[in-house]
Amino acid sequence: MVDEDVLLDMRGITKVFPGVRALDGVSIRVRRGDIHAICGENGAGKSTLMKVLSGVYPHGTFDGTIVLDGEPVAFTGIKSSEARGIVIIHQELALIPELSVAENIFLGSEVTAGLLIDVKLARRRAAALLERVGLRVDPDVPVKQLGVGQQQLVEIAKALSKDVRLLILDEPTSALNETDSANLLGLLRGLKGHGVTSIMISHKLNEIAAIADAVTVIRDGRTVETYDVVAGQVDEDRIIRAMVGRSIENRYPTRTPHVAGPLLEVGDWTVEHPTIPGRLVVDHASFHINRGEVVGFAGLMGAGRTELARSIFGRSYGTYLGGEMRLEGEPIEAPTVASAIRHGLAYLTEDRKTLGLNLLDDIQTTIVSANLRDIVRGGLLDRRREAEVADGYRRDLRIKSASAKVGVSTLSGGNQQKAVLAKWMYPGPQVLILDEPTRGIDIGAKYEIYKLIHALADQGKGIVLISSELPELLGICNRLYTICEGRITGEVAAADADQESLMRLMTTTSTTRATQASA
Amino acid sequence: MTTLKNIFGGNLQQYTMVLALVLLAVTFNVISGGRMLTPSNLQNLISGNAYVLILAIGMVMVIVVGHIDLSVGSVAGFVGMVTAITTTQYGWPWWVGLLAGLLTGVVIGAWHGFWLAKIGIPGFITTLAGMMIFRGLVIWVSRSISVPVPSEFSVLGAGYLPEWGPAFTGMNNSTLLLGLLAAAWFVWTEIGRRRDATDLPVWITAVRIVLVLAVIGYLTFLFGTGRPGTSFPVPGLILVGLVIVYHVLTQRTPFGRHIYAVGGNKAAAALSGVNTGRVYFLVMLNMSFLAAVAGILFVGRATAAGPSDGTMWELDAIAAVFIGGAAVSGGIGTVTGSMIGGLVMAVLNNGLMLMGVGQDQTQVIKGLVLLAAVAFDVLNKQQGRPSLLGHLMRSAGRDAGPAPAATAPAATASAAATDAAVTSVPVSAGPVDAADTLPPRSS
Repeated sequence: MVDEDVLLDMRGITKVFPGVRALDGVSIRVRRGDIHAICGENGAGKSTLMKVLSGVYPHGTFDGTIVLDGEPVAFTGIKSSEARGIVIIHQELALIPELSVAENIFLGSEVTAGLLIDVKLARRRAAALLERVGLRVDPDVPVKQLGVGQQQLVEIAKALSKDVRLLILDEPTSALNETDSANLLGLLRGLKGHGVTSIMISHKLNEIAAIADAVTVIRDGRTVETYDVVAGQVDEDRIIRAMVGRSIENRYPTRTPHVAGPLLEVGDWTVEHPTIPGRLVVDHASFHINRGEVVGFAGLMGAGRTELARSIFGRSYGTYLGGEMRLEGEPIEAPTVASAIRHGLAYLTEDRKTLGLNLLDDIQTTIVSANLRDIVRGGLLDRRREAEVADGYRRDLRIKSASAKVGVSTLSGGNQQKAVLAKWMYPGPQVLILDEPTRGIDIGAKYEIYKLIHALADQGKGIVLISSELPELLGICNRLYTICEGRITGEVAAADADQESLMRLMTTTSTTRATQASA
Repeated sequence: MTTLKNIFGGNLQQYTMVLALVLLAVTFNVISGGRMLTPSNLQNLISGNAYVLILAIGMVMVIVVGHIDLSVGSVAGFVGMVTAITTTQYGWPWWVGLLAGLLTGVVIGAWHGFWLAKIGIPGFITTLAGMMIFRGLVIWVSRSISVPVPSEFSVLGAGYLPEWGPAFTGMNNSTLLLGLLAAAWFVWTEIGRRRDATDLPVWITAVRIVLVLAVIGYLTFLFGTGRPGTSFPVPGLILVGLVIVYHVLTQRTPFGRHIYAVGGNKAAAALSGVNTGRVYFLVMLNMSFLAAVAGILFVGRATAAGPSDGTMWELDAIAAVFIGGAAVSGGIGTVTGSMIGGLVMAVLNNGLMLMGVGQDQTQVIKGLVLLAAVAFDVLNKQQGRPSLLGHLMRSAGRDAGPAPAATAPAATASAAATDAAVTSVPVSAGPVDAADTLPPRSS
């Protein structure tokens, strides 16, 4: 049945990565001329779906069919989807900073006269495209001189140069300020008037409410809901319920916390983006961690959770602008990672492979790598002691491997994560900041890591748990902070919180911010 | 098979490269009619290549941290000239000139380290500039004229160990003593090894000891029975000393660990508390220091410093390191591996010379060998098998040989990392860019 109205119909899309079913029979229908919003938690499968659509994952690497204009299509790559007018704008902009606006717009499809680039024609066409997106800049200006909002518009101009019919925007406003966001949304509305259909992935419910004609909610790789809405009259609560509404099984160990006095107190912590001056990634954040307590940090992508954690951990991210830290009441300075470790801080990164591990190392060298001092005897590394320490952790944490001399790159995600946990337990930290410690690992290993977290807290340590999985935060933590746009937007006892109330606090942007009671 | 494995330390591959070296030497010996394995030829081979091998010690550390040093030839030449001028023209005592040369090397190293670690200019560029600067300076300060050095330096560059003790041994007793020390050290480590692996059959240890002692004995005999007054050469002894020191430094100290950590994953090392800038600085400093040592040994052997000394040495050193199993992407490579790589080049040079092959053809052959050795390495890795050379070198160095995949090339590893990142979190909370890690702009 061909519905005249439907531009795109993706049916039963299933995409399996080794060990993970990222998409499990997702279907979505997009009407011509609509702005279709796709919502879902981090990891729900939204970006994977868009990569399937745009040919990043070519035809044959997934199951299901894509029907465009009533006929099935089989994209072999981005080029072939672009040929059909589908253009994706990624969250991280893909412009070349050193090239001019015009050069960027026509990158890959250069305007040529014979063998040479027709600079004049390119400039003229670029100017016309910039006019359409309402950006008044000289096409010869290097892109690096533009702000993020302007760069986003250049991306859209680039898409328009390809005769875009279906524009996919992945979190288009996540890096933009209020004015630029409003601009962008206005532009999307304008393009819609010119027959451009858009798919917008967004976490910002107020934006969806403002411009979407239809909403599809994806959760755990499945389509949960898909329905039409009237722009301006969107029920945000319904979207939130659909986003988080998974059933909670008994996936979390129970624990009776013995919370003692304050261990780490952070006040007015403020951090600037490392490359974008003036953009605060952490904005006067204040919080505290008690002994024996597991404290969760909930926030959406880009909210500043990781940035806050890494900044606390030896200012290893961004530019420190101000704020104080107290450990057991004593003010401490930890301007380097080494000093943070000395003060008893540990940070387990969310990005295990690029920031947490040297994949050339074996388990043994990984475990001792943050505390070499402890295995040095007379200036030399004591190999026997190193082996003993590593074997101890391998046994205690049940790292499944033939020996501690096995390369970490051969381990499964869960065992790798345990090795990294051991690495951070070995220095004997007081405060462990765990950033997405269960990301990408299987349920069984997750449970073991939860138990480990509880065991560490029972030893009187303070645990900070950063996670995108709200059930995990609710299941493991004693107390929760929510963070949005670099600001702490709420503090709740885990017992008093539910996913919906958390999601509301996590999406409290500066515009919607009401006066929050900070208990 | 298992038996062989046991004899060869649980890993036959570990000895492949050494075996290749031995085969090469024996083959050349046969082709050249026995002129390869003679006392004087081996003594010359060691004296004549010690400086490149010393450069390779420093170079492997630079390459492990993920950089390269193109300036070492120019620095060696410059330091040699500084030593010659201060002693011969200024009349400073030879040892003051020696110290001045070494200090010059350290200062140059600090200069390179500063641009790399503090300013953030890649080592390739920093040292390309250094290559030009110091080559220019050699010619400048020497006015393009060779400057002789005092005779004391020739002891360092081409000298022999003293003759002493009873004559009934029939050889140079210093060399004999070295051989005995080497043998004793090996037996001692074998016994120590048995303490860790108690289930190892005694006869396996015995076979290992007999095999290695035979090799040590043969070499001792060759080096010790040359012309009267010759022995294992002094530059060779300096080289052996440096190899031991740097092997321990890289494999057994926290600083050595940091070198591998920074080379393997700089961002992860920084987040483990490693001061990456300091590691870069010290590695560059050390490289130029060793270049100074190499330069001084060379002028000692040549008895004079010339304006073109050290030209292209950097390339020989780099070739030795890569033949020795180091990875261009950093994180992999050992001092001992590089020494074997350097010896392969040296034996090749020497053997071709003995066969009467011209310099032109020798260059071609050396180039092809370099390409073949590294291609073999790369192909091995691509097929998912452990890299033979890389594995050998890493295992030889870190005697706890990691599992095969541990030496998978960084390219594969990072590709796997990307895949896994996509796999596990389709919508990842964009990891904070690794490049943002360092240097922390805050203060």
